[in-house]
Amino acid sequence: MPEQRKSQQPVLQLDRLVRTHGSGATEVHALRGIDLSVFPGELVAVMGPSGSGKSTLLTLAGGLDTPSSGRVVVEGTDITTASRRQLAALRRRSIGYVFQDYNLIPALTAAENVALPRELDGISARKARASALAALEEMGLGQLADRFPDEMSGGQQQRVAIARALVGDRRLVLADEPTGALDSETGESVLALLRARCDAGAAGILVTHEPRFAAWADRVVFLRDGSVVDETLRSHADSLLHGQAAGQ
Amino acid sequence: MSIRHGLLALLERGPRYGSQLRTEFESRTGSTWPLNVGQVYTTLARLERDGLVAPDGEDAAGHTLYAITDAGRTELFQWYERPVDRANPPRDELSIKLAMAVGAPGVDIRAVIQSQRHATIKAMQDYTRLKATALAAVESGRSHERDDVAWLLVLEQLIFQTEAEARWLDHCEARLVRLSLPADRRAAEPEPPQAAAETPAPTTTQPRTARSRRG
Repeated sequence: MPEQRKSQQPVLQLDRLVRTHGSGATEVHALRGIDLSVFPGELVAVMGPSGSGKSTLLTLAGGLDTPSSGRVVVEGTDITTASRRQLAALRRRSIGYVFQDYNLIPALTAAENVALPRELDGISARKARASALAALEEMGLGQLADRFPDEMSGGQQQRVAIARALVGDRRLVLADEPTGALDSETGESVLALLRARCDAGAAGILVTHEPRFAAWADRVVFLRDGSVVDETLRSHADSLLHGQAAGQ
Repeated sequence: MSIRHGLLALLERGPRYGSQLRTEFESRTGSTWPLNVGQVYTTLARLERDGLVAPDGEDAAGHTLYAITDAGRTELFQWYERPVDRANPPRDELSIKLAMAVGAPGVDIRAVIQSQRHATIKAMQDYTRLKATALAAVESGRSHERDDVAWLLVLEQLIFQTEAEARWLDHCEARLVRLSLPADRRAAEPEPPQAAAETPAPTTTQPRTARSRRG
């Protein structure tokens, strides 16, 4: 597997990413030059104290904010130089978000929530529903298809949110404290699903302050004061490291 | 570590011979605490001396079998009922190391903390992967289910333990950062890590940390 990954393009590549808020005396360096690549099949956890830049990294990776300098490349497209239209299309087609508070639309069923990004992308409602049902089925959530968010537990809603994040061809899931509002058992099952989706070929970034959830990742990146201070690697992922070093 | 009681617990299910006890002990605990056969026989000899087990003939292959005695059974159930003694915390190398690193000249305690955090999270990643495997085995209902469940519990204990260590390390770092700030800044900035963001040279503040602790 590492051999295979090595030859693959990263789904997400961050190059010397810098984000500075304000200027002069009030200047705050949220990110000070981050390099990070996430390959298909890889789940990367980002840890660090609050204010270390974890969430900034995620919003930049998802094109929700613009870096002060540096590049964000998603599936080969540099989103920092992309047009608004291209960026919007990329956000719809390539990037999925999972937030702490699920963010499902209350008036829509699970299947409709999952189908929504595809419908927004101009796919017929029937096709969108079919792919939503397929995604839910594949993740073992088929029985939730016709339930509304308030008829589901927090853990079920979060799993549906993961299905929505990865419906269609989308391969990049950005999760910001997805287990934050869940008890530890349920949080675990959400992580297990995220892990399984990455094992099936997606690429994921998980921002968390919980070591137990970070431990599900292939790599754990430690941020402090806007810089990567350290990262762990899975023991069998050494060749991945070399592949990455060569790519930089 | 109570190998004694572990062996008694296994013998409670019927007579067994030495290397069989070793295999079963390791299978239950996923070889987390490997035993050698020598330890097993030494322990059996002591249990026999104390009247808690007794030789019980041989099996067809000529292995000497041991059986639990009534006294052994009483001891075993008392063990289950009695909480594990927490009066004397076991010596912990990491606590001792950090205690020594506080204010030590030429030691960057944040680097000490980070290198440990790396190792601790790495261990958690390994345990978590093993846990996923163990969980799959339990859920598939394959053979030796009881041993798989026991192994799962042991693994989860290791995960909780490493988690506690990782949290404690985070706490230590936050605490040290906060203590290194002048008092007025401390009051103004309740959240230590954000305060850290504006203190770009944390290592130079170490000696001050030590002084404020002593004072």
